[in-house]
Amino acid sequence: MPHAISPDPVAEDGILPDAPALGGSSNSSQDASQEDSPQSAPANAEKLNLENMFDDDDEDDTEFPSSSIAPPDSDQPTKSSRINDPEIMKAFYQRLFPFRHLFQWLNHSPSPTNDFANREFAFTLQNDAYLRYQSFPTADLLRKQCVSLNPSRFEIGPVYSTNPRDRKTLRKASAFRPLSKELVFDIDMTDYDEIRTCCSGANICNRCWTFITMAIKVVDEALKEDFGFKHVLWVYSGRRGAHAWVCDKRARDMDDAKRRAVAGYLELLKGGDKSGKKVNVRRPLHPHLERSLAILKEHFQDDILSSQDPWADSEASSNLLKLLPFPDLVSALRKKWDSAPGRSSESKWGDIDTIAKTGVGSSDTYFGKRLLEAKQDIVLEYTYPRLDAEVSKKLNHLLKSPFCVHPGTGRVCVPIDTRRVEEFDPLSVPTVTELLAEIDAWNGDEKREADEEAKKMQDWEKTRLKPYVDYFRGFVAALLKEEKNGKRDRDEEGDPMEF
Amino acid sequence: MIRQEALRGDPKRRLGLNHKKKQFEQPQFKQQDYTHRLNFYILPPTLDITLEEFEEWAISRLKVLAELEACAFRNRTPEETASYMQPILAKHLPLAQNSSRSSNLQDERKRDHYSHFILRLAFAATEDLRRRFSRLETQLFKLRFQSDDARERREFVDHLNFEWDKVGEEEKRGLAEELAAVTPFKSKNAGSEEEGWFKVDWEQVPELVEGRKVFLKRGKAYVPVREQTTLVVNEFQRRLDQGLVLTSRALPRLDEDDRLSPILAHLSKSFTAPDAAYSQDSSLSGNDISAANVDALSTHFPACMSHLHSTLRANSHLKHFGRLQYTLFLKGIGLSLPECIAFWRKSFRLITDEKFTKEYLYNIRHAYGDVGGDANRRGRGYTPYSCQKLLTEGMPGPGQTHGCPYRTFSPDNLVGLLQKMGVNDRDLLKTVREDVGRQRYHIACNRVFESAHKNELKKVKDEGTWNAADLDTILHPNTYFKRSFLLKNMGKVQSGDVGMEDPSQ
Repeated sequence: MPHAISPDPVAEDGILPDAPALGGSSNSSQDASQEDSPQSAPANAEKLNLENMFDDDDEDDTEFPSSSIAPPDSDQPTKSSRINDPEIMKAFYQRLFPFRHLFQWLNHSPSPTNDFANREFAFTLQNDAYLRYQSFPTADLLRKQCVSLNPSRFEIGPVYSTNPRDRKTLRKASAFRPLSKELVFDIDMTDYDEIRTCCSGANICNRCWTFITMAIKVVDEALKEDFGFKHVLWVYSGRRGAHAWVCDKRARDMDDAKRRAVAGYLELLKGGDKSGKKVNVRRPLHPHLERSLAILKEHFQDDILSSQDPWADSEASSNLLKLLPFPDLVSALRKKWDSAPGRSSESKWGDIDTIAKTGVGSSDTYFGKRLLEAKQDIVLEYTYPRLDAEVSKKLNHLLKSPFCVHPGTGRVCVPIDTRRVEEFDPLSVPTVTELLAEIDAWNGDEKREADEEAKKMQDWEKTRLKPYVDYFRGFVAALLKEEKNGKRDRDEEGDPMEF
Repeated sequence: MIRQEALRGDPKRRLGLNHKKKQFEQPQFKQQDYTHRLNFYILPPTLDITLEEFEEWAISRLKVLAELEACAFRNRTPEETASYMQPILAKHLPLAQNSSRSSNLQDERKRDHYSHFILRLAFAATEDLRRRFSRLETQLFKLRFQSDDARERREFVDHLNFEWDKVGEEEKRGLAEELAAVTPFKSKNAGSEEEGWFKVDWEQVPELVEGRKVFLKRGKAYVPVREQTTLVVNEFQRRLDQGLVLTSRALPRLDEDDRLSPILAHLSKSFTAPDAAYSQDSSLSGNDISAANVDALSTHFPACMSHLHSTLRANSHLKHFGRLQYTLFLKGIGLSLPECIAFWRKSFRLITDEKFTKEYLYNIRHAYGDVGGDANRRGRGYTPYSCQKLLTEGMPGPGQTHGCPYRTFSPDNLVGLLQKMGVNDRDLLKTVREDVGRQRYHIACNRVFESAHKNELKKVKDEGTWNAADLDTILHPNTYFKRSFLLKNMGKVQSGDVGMEDPSQ
């Protein structure tokens, strides 16, 4: 049984000594080609600063000073050096990335299986070359490849019927086909651009992150309650969105038609910019929508009306009026709002009911009911999750791996604990440079020097990455447990193909 | 009905087959007795038939399937398809109810049974053929299932003995509210109480899940009895797909038979798809189609492409599916790959060369078949999208602009778009609104075309220079463009070029 998959926590550390050599050997070639050289001058200046800072705690005594993994005299990871600095990424793969847990997560068993070996990985290299159809028999080899290729990020694809590396040697092209992959979802803030007022483009703040929080709550609930999935992993995408990985065996084995069905079930907003009202649902509301509406209503008041203030100016409020299918009411509202510019969205939302009560449009017997429905539709249009559904519909769609570093922000794609989804703050997610500095700070602390326990610790345990890795480890353990039971059940039942 | 009893349960076990002895045994089910009009085609036929019958039966079934496929291409509604298919089915593949007391019930059913299995042999060879055959056979089954007499249908479903959980009364009461919410016609207030519900794994009814037509709880879908068609049809398709894969594995053994192989090969060849999409003809060779004059040509574009073009000009950007749809259309009108790249490069004014090369170039080249897998390159990339494709695709999401505007726009916005394109005739706009309201999108589009080319159309009709096929309903954006271009440039284009064929034929 290979070394790396043993549950012994020291195992991963045991591999470390070979890292410097690896890093060093590939460095000579890599460095030459990277645009590293113009960087080196400012980086060196920074290094001096840092060395002053850490002057009192001598790095010679520390167990794993970060300088030991980088080639001697090269730049130490520094906070202000470029995030996608190849050396920083290399140190990240060597010291922080939880390969073993990632392996167990994809392998569904402690000993290597085809679930991992035939899984496609795709690397985006530092020069933006894209390398598809990589595969690895063990976690250790994946780690080695990451350290030597030093990708800026990598993506995870499906498990194939044969090893992806052998795909060209097959006699029949049809023998190479995707078999299974987690059901994935991608929520991206760009889809909210037309309704968010605080930021635009790649920027986010805590106010617009609530859109993602709402989406996570609704989708997570539906996946668990309606579809009966248990193992749903939510991951921060590193900048302005979130990914979900549904890892239940039942979800992994779904074909495209079933993936499309789940995506269609969850998708509500239909129509491009010109289609007018985007929410057109039949009444009574489907139980899933009814429940989602109950979740979203709470957010609507605070996070949309007062925080986003989406209908502040008259142009924006005409968008609101377009969604109300009552001409009399609309003209009355328009008159009122035109005479009082600067009225807040909250008041405008309240005005709808106030004016409706004065008897506008009362000729319609079902007016009250229809108004309520129109208002529900508006709530849904402004809060319901906007999924990038194409990602979910295909079995062979690749998605960025958890714990990668987002090349633009340097933030690690950490898992989001759905039990505390409200507390998740994307802006406080650690960046790779911060994490490396934390290791050094930890190692520099003299009290820990003699501590035997401390020597066995892995580097990520010394940083703010620890709670995230711990959460991921718990998630994987639960999945593995279920997988083991499932396998036994299937074996006991006899031939599962017999019906 | 001993035969019926035998059909229940596991197909292997119920026959009492012993695989070791099987090859020496006499077939047990030589003469099948067809109690039901419908057939799940589980057991293959074993009776001898003549070669003439073999070929004749297969051909008549093939005719039916081809017509069924044509219905899909013409965008017929299920009702239209049913009424259109009725005489065809009666002629080529009659299948009467038990109640009809017809004397050749058994003969009809035997023909149906045998022809199905002959075509299975003919269409099991490749993945493409299998998928097409399974799709059409499933359609045929669904058509028959829906037209079946209610009582006989129930008997048929009962004999299949599906293992569907009936939802108990108590559970039904507990979930009354949720179940009522997925019952569309609430006027029959008792809906959920009277109606029966099945509880199945949701994977068995993906289309119902996709449309939120069932209630889901912890992975189980609650399917009302009236939706059982979907369940039965899905089960039919699932078994057929499995059967086809098994057949394809057994095919090599048939090679030795030199009587059947030629017939089968001939059958599968005559089933090649009438490619509804596009023929090379739709491009205008000899005319100056280049990146520089796309703006000028855009006056001949149908609404879908005109909208994409103006959005592109307004935003200097289009989202992925819009880009794809437009690129393929431009390819279809004869814009070469270098010109097309030049066109996009210029149109995406706000994007740097580096970003363009990195993120957009590959997709354009892929659409032209310049890069990508072997199949893509050999097939010269993708085919330009037909109206059928645009009308059956998913609706565009926020910020997306692809699809057919007659379908995706709200009526007011559609009228706005048409007015921008220069359609101002009030009566016409009113009829377009009506057409769109009745979901007759391509009719609305053709109406706009006819109005915009009224004079020219009259001229060619009077002069008789265009034959009827040239004036057929437009079913492809590229046909729209070509016809429009030719009509508006009648003087300049040689009449020889005009004799084009409708790509949908």
